[in-house]
Amino acid sequence: MRKIDLESIPYREELHEINKVFNVKKVTKNTRTLAEREIHHNKIVGSLEEAEQRAGLKNGMTISFHHHFRNGDYVVNMVVDKLAEMGYRDLVLAASSLTDCHAPLIKHIENGVIRRIETSGLRGKLAEAISHGLMDVPVVFRSHGGRAGAIEKGELPIDVAFLGAPSCDPYGNANGYIRDTAEGIMCGSMGYAKSDATYADKVIIITNHIVHYPNTPFAIPESDVDYIVKVDEIGDPAGIMTGATRYTTNPKELLMAELASKVIFASGRFQDGFSFQTGTGGASLAVTRFLKDKMLEKGIKASFALGGITGSIVELHEQGLIKRILDVQSFDLRAAQSLRDNRFHHQISAGYYASPYSEGTAVNQLDVVVLSALEVDTSFNVNVLTGNDGIIRGAIGGHPDTSFGASVSIVIVPLTRGRIPCVVKQVNTVVTPGKTVDVVVTDHGIAVNPLRKVLRQRMIDNGLPVYTIEELQKKAEQLVGVPDPVQYTDKVVGVVTYRDGSVIDLIYQVKD
Amino acid sequence: MSNRLRRTMLYVPGNNPGMIKDAGIYGADCVMFDLEDSVSLNEKDAARFLVYEALTSLDLADKEYLVRINSLDSGLGLADLEAIVRTGKAVIRLPKTESAKDVLECEAEIARIEQACGLPVGSTKMMAAIESAAGVLNAREIAMASPRLIGIALGAEDFVTDLKTTRSEDGIELLFARSAILLAARAAGIDAIDTVYSDVNNEEGLRKEVKLIRQLGFDGKSIINPRQINVVHEVFTPTKKDIDHALAVLEAIKEAERKGSGVISLNGKMVDRPIVLRAQRVISLAKASGVLKEGTYAQD
Repeated sequence: MRKIDLESIPYREELHEINKVFNVKKVTKNTRTLAEREIHHNKIVGSLEEAEQRAGLKNGMTISFHHHFRNGDYVVNMVVDKLAEMGYRDLVLAASSLTDCHAPLIKHIENGVIRRIETSGLRGKLAEAISHGLMDVPVVFRSHGGRAGAIEKGELPIDVAFLGAPSCDPYGNANGYIRDTAEGIMCGSMGYAKSDATYADKVIIITNHIVHYPNTPFAIPESDVDYIVKVDEIGDPAGIMTGATRYTTNPKELLMAELASKVIFASGRFQDGFSFQTGTGGASLAVTRFLKDKMLEKGIKASFALGGITGSIVELHEQGLIKRILDVQSFDLRAAQSLRDNRFHHQISAGYYASPYSEGTAVNQLDVVVLSALEVDTSFNVNVLTGNDGIIRGAIGGHPDTSFGASVSIVIVPLTRGRIPCVVKQVNTVVTPGKTVDVVVTDHGIAVNPLRKVLRQRMIDNGLPVYTIEELQKKAEQLVGVPDPVQYTDKVVGVVTYRDGSVIDLIYQVKD
Repeated sequence: MSNRLRRTMLYVPGNNPGMIKDAGIYGADCVMFDLEDSVSLNEKDAARFLVYEALTSLDLADKEYLVRINSLDSGLGLADLEAIVRTGKAVIRLPKTESAKDVLECEAEIARIEQACGLPVGSTKMMAAIESAAGVLNAREIAMASPRLIGIALGAEDFVTDLKTTRSEDGIELLFARSAILLAARAAGIDAIDTVYSDVNNEEGLRKEVKLIRQLGFDGKSIINPRQINVVHEVFTPTKKDIDHALAVLEAIKEAERKGSGVISLNGKMVDRPIVLRAQRVISLAKASGVLKEGTYAQD
């Protein structure tokens, strides 16, 4: 080999990275087979404890989780239990969302392991405890797009991401399903985890199923993954998803779904190549059914469907009525299977889905979105986070993101639920600003945002039952009266942020 | 032939406030609050108060509301009448009517209550449900019993038990009863309403049965779930051909009026009263179904 003098290279000072000479002694070729390497050279560590230590986790750091296992998730509780046992304190828990099954976090908040929480939503006992003042530092609520944006911009820096994955190879290529067997955990898209994996300082994959390399196509690439921990169980399949989300048979939900679909047909957006997202609530899911009939009748095909994906969307795709599916979260087994098997059913990250900082973000390409709500007020503001008792019982999800992005946003809400009015003078908590909400569909008629004059006229011309939002509010009041206002203390327990991180509302502690 | 459409008569249990407050939103032509079979004995009083409050406080719009009371024999019917008649807002539906006497007894009580509370005597309308072999055989006298009656209806579940049979898919066991009730109603100039179809999830079975009763001549059907409304209304929606003909008939009448002619003719044929009545009914059905707006049809 030629003897090399680095100094003989002209302009070497400009070639910064050219600064050492090859040394053959440093080359040690590994002649092990793939099978041997998978066993002896990999990112798998012996225990969760070891992974946490090697990731350099320290008190006060931010740990993150995804919510693709929904109410069947074991990962959050397992990891935090271990961290508590190891004596960690003052951690920031940043989950894409939290739900009923995370009630055990209460004791870790009480004992100081968790100092504060960032999430899209809270439900169940944990939500109730927080609404009653469990935490010193308020919970920060972000939309899916807002969270992705905050992670991208460094406003929500993640030190260690603990990402549960139904399958992972020894180098970290991870998926929301197992390709070669029908057994095991299945969650489909890992869209929310993808954003964490890309931006977190350290990424630990927690799986119950190591598969052979390469686990392609992958949700999370090995290049994003630092350590892998194999555990016995990561979740309860029954709590993660059901076989196929069924259309509602509730007549009131069907009535609202049919009305919402008529709004779409009359909106001027229902034409070949349109794009849409429907939620998973009973009524908004059922909109898909009415859409399907009309698409077949008129020979209209959608260019893509977005969002949390259900089997009903898959069905339309397989019938040729939707060309592409962009899936940030799969809601049932049918959707997850389709994601696994169909290359036109594509999994996207939370950032791709809804980041506020990219013009190309998928929500901005929506013609129509159909959403549900807990409450809507006469300024069209929407609450999807707190109940009429003031207690947190929901999640922001992609509500403000899709409402903002879609050409027409439709919010379905019954005029009343039991004795509770749902169209009110002022919502308990503003999550989505009324300026971005175009049509409110109730079981007693619809209201169009006065800002959308052409849209309103189209609804009237098509014979839809159009009222002013004030008229709907009065109707609700006539039916069930005006509830006593919720009593709060002056302690802030939740900070609700808009997509750009600005504070849009505060949630206060409810009085006992 | 009455002008009001009664294609669908939606049963709503009188003890369910959630269902009562939403009963009007589904587009049924008539809503019937039930105080009888769907309410258990220990909830009779509560249901009566609830239905009374609903009738007096809800925005009833232009829908027809009925209340199925308990029979007078049961010892509960009188209290039902005392409450419901006073609202002045509901048609009283009699259950298990077996003879003209049942109608007359009830009518006497209604008249007494109307007088007592200052309502014009005769303002409360009635409907009789026939649910037994004796009732079917007396259908004619029942239908003729009172000018308050707006219609008679078949209640098939009790009826087939009385016949010692069960309901079949094609409804052959109901053919006589349906025909008897229909003829009695037509002879009395009132509406005939068919019985419920209980299998809510069988849309095709419902559609088949509605086609049958429409062909027999019934005005409508009692229904137990709002999901059944669309199917019934679809079957009762006139075809484009029917609507075209009806519009032509009405146009011919106008034409005759313009010419001051007493005789109306269409395409060389005389248009007589039954043809006019039929045309008017087709137009009101078409308007109610939303396929006809201001003289044009939107069905294509």
